[in-house]
Amino acid sequence: MGVLLLIISAITFLIFYALPSTDPAQLRAGRSGSPELIASIRHNLGLDKPIYVQYYRYVKGIVLHFDFGFSYQTDAPVRQQIVDRLPATISLTVGAVILWLTLAFPVGIVSAVKRRSLVDRAAMGGALLAISAPVYWLGLVALYLFSNDIGQFKIFDGAGTYVPISQNVGTWFSSLLLPWMVLAASFAAFYARLLRSSLTEVLHEDYIRTARAKGLSERTVILRHGVRAAILPLVTVLGLDIGILLGGAILTESVFNIPGIGRLAYDAIKASDYATIQGTVLFGAFFIIVANLIVDIAYAVVDPRVRY
Amino acid sequence: MSTPLTDIAVDPGAGPESESVAIAARTPLELFWRRLRQDRVAFAGLVFVVLLILMAIFAPLLVKLFGIPGPNTQNAQALDDFGTPTGPSSVHLMGVDQLGRDVFSRVIYGSRVSLEAALLSTFFAVTLGTIVGMVAGFYRGWIDTVLSRTLDVMLGFPSLLLGIGLASACSFGNGCLGGLIKPGLTVVIVVIALAAFPYIARIVRGQVLSLREKEFIEASRSLGASDLRTIFREILPNLVAPIIVYSTLIIPQNILFEASLSFLGVGVQPPTSSWGQMIGDASGNFGEVWWYMLFPGVALVLTVLAFNLIGDGLQDALDPKGDR
Repeated sequence: MGVLLLIISAITFLIFYALPSTDPAQLRAGRSGSPELIASIRHNLGLDKPIYVQYYRYVKGIVLHFDFGFSYQTDAPVRQQIVDRLPATISLTVGAVILWLTLAFPVGIVSAVKRRSLVDRAAMGGALLAISAPVYWLGLVALYLFSNDIGQFKIFDGAGTYVPISQNVGTWFSSLLLPWMVLAASFAAFYARLLRSSLTEVLHEDYIRTARAKGLSERTVILRHGVRAAILPLVTVLGLDIGILLGGAILTESVFNIPGIGRLAYDAIKASDYATIQGTVLFGAFFIIVANLIVDIAYAVVDPRVRY
Repeated sequence: MSTPLTDIAVDPGAGPESESVAIAARTPLELFWRRLRQDRVAFAGLVFVVLLILMAIFAPLLVKLFGIPGPNTQNAQALDDFGTPTGPSSVHLMGVDQLGRDVFSRVIYGSRVSLEAALLSTFFAVTLGTIVGMVAGFYRGWIDTVLSRTLDVMLGFPSLLLGIGLASACSFGNGCLGGLIKPGLTVVIVVIALAAFPYIARIVRGQVLSLREKEFIEASRSLGASDLRTIFREILPNLVAPIIVYSTLIIPQNILFEASLSFLGVGVQPPTSSWGQMIGDASGNFGEVWWYMLFPGVALVLTVLAFNLIGDGLQDALDPKGDR
């Protein structure tokens, strides 16, 4: 895991070091920065050193002091910036995950059991439509229809109303309702489709017939014997999706103006703030790797056949 | 009870003449085509995509046919006294944007970017992914280890973040790598292809790992076929079905990826019109000028939906286990 992170950090470093055509020192010095100022900034940031020295310093900082360096733009420590932004991203992710799972399970199960019925066709048609809609467009349409500032039906809080949970739980909740629904829509659709196809396959298995032959109720057969086996593929994608979202839901955060990791990364990229970009990319990769690890462990819990 | 009987009597296909016709063997391709044709929904998707491609190719002609201004023609008359764009009217079917450009015309031209970016990036991703996957799966050993770990690293990368980073680094000024990669559509295609190919490579590798143990591979080798011949003449044909399915499944994702990059302002550069970029432009004042946000989005959703329908249909049609 450490090795993987090291490689990813090296690649990120290389990409953002070698590719850009803009000079970070110049950006920081501003439009009227004198050559001397630019040179001194470059020296202070260590940008005049060869790339491997810069990289070595960077990794050393992380390993020894858990120090991700300082933002080129705001001088704030990158670690602090990420920690500050994390609650918003976690709020968004957790709420959306709960919402999409509670939606996807009943829909997926009913669709699989009542295959090719009207309910199934309607649900799967709707799911396909939801998958096809980009989240930011869905967000804009939702804001246009339902937000209480510019919306046609003033039901939910609009964009930019996010407050931390520690400040006011009620406002926090109501401000996130619309983002949760928008973010969850395509995921719910995807999971419902996945569960449907997985459960359909499982229901053809011999042990399902055995369970029915034992005289178990249809409910027990489907829920205890069918769904339990059918959620395995869902566990894999769920872990990855949570990992990716925790690394920053860039599009949703930017549409709803939620100050999360995704926005931080996006703003940093726009401002060529390499230290912050590095931090957020590493952070995102870290979450994806951890999520992979948790998925492996969860497999053993869910699937009794897996032994370590 | 009588209806089935009359059915048989009326049905000309069941007559004795047709039985005497030699029964031609159906190739897998024919079987596949028949199954796909029966899938009305997938077929509708296919028709939509064909029409879309025609629309993209003949965009200038269409614009002339409808008598609407070109995608970059700014018409200050279409803005009201306060400079606010006007909505759908008989002159501008989908209204105009903040520069007075016709939205309908821009939506038509936007299909070019979407299709070009999605199809080309998918082509590169599939080509690269197939080659890497075949090499890794066929040679196994240390080659596989190196390639697979590399793929792991690429999959561990937050792809949208990487895309934004690469695209923004290359989108300003003269491009990146000393002007090798120019800003605009090329960057977008490279980014999407890089993000998508590891998935293809993984799937292909898995398939090749099991294929290479089959008897016909052993037979080919015992006849003295070279590795290259075995890979391309024996293994590759067996990969066509899964590759087609996954290609059609990643096309819609790639369309959305291009739109996301353009939405964030790091994709296709103005004044070229792209659906994602139009939505991004509209996100500032969509409260008043909803049409500028709505129509490109609808075009995007319909296109992605159509490709998804085709993908689903192909998957069913090519899956021998499918009970349909």
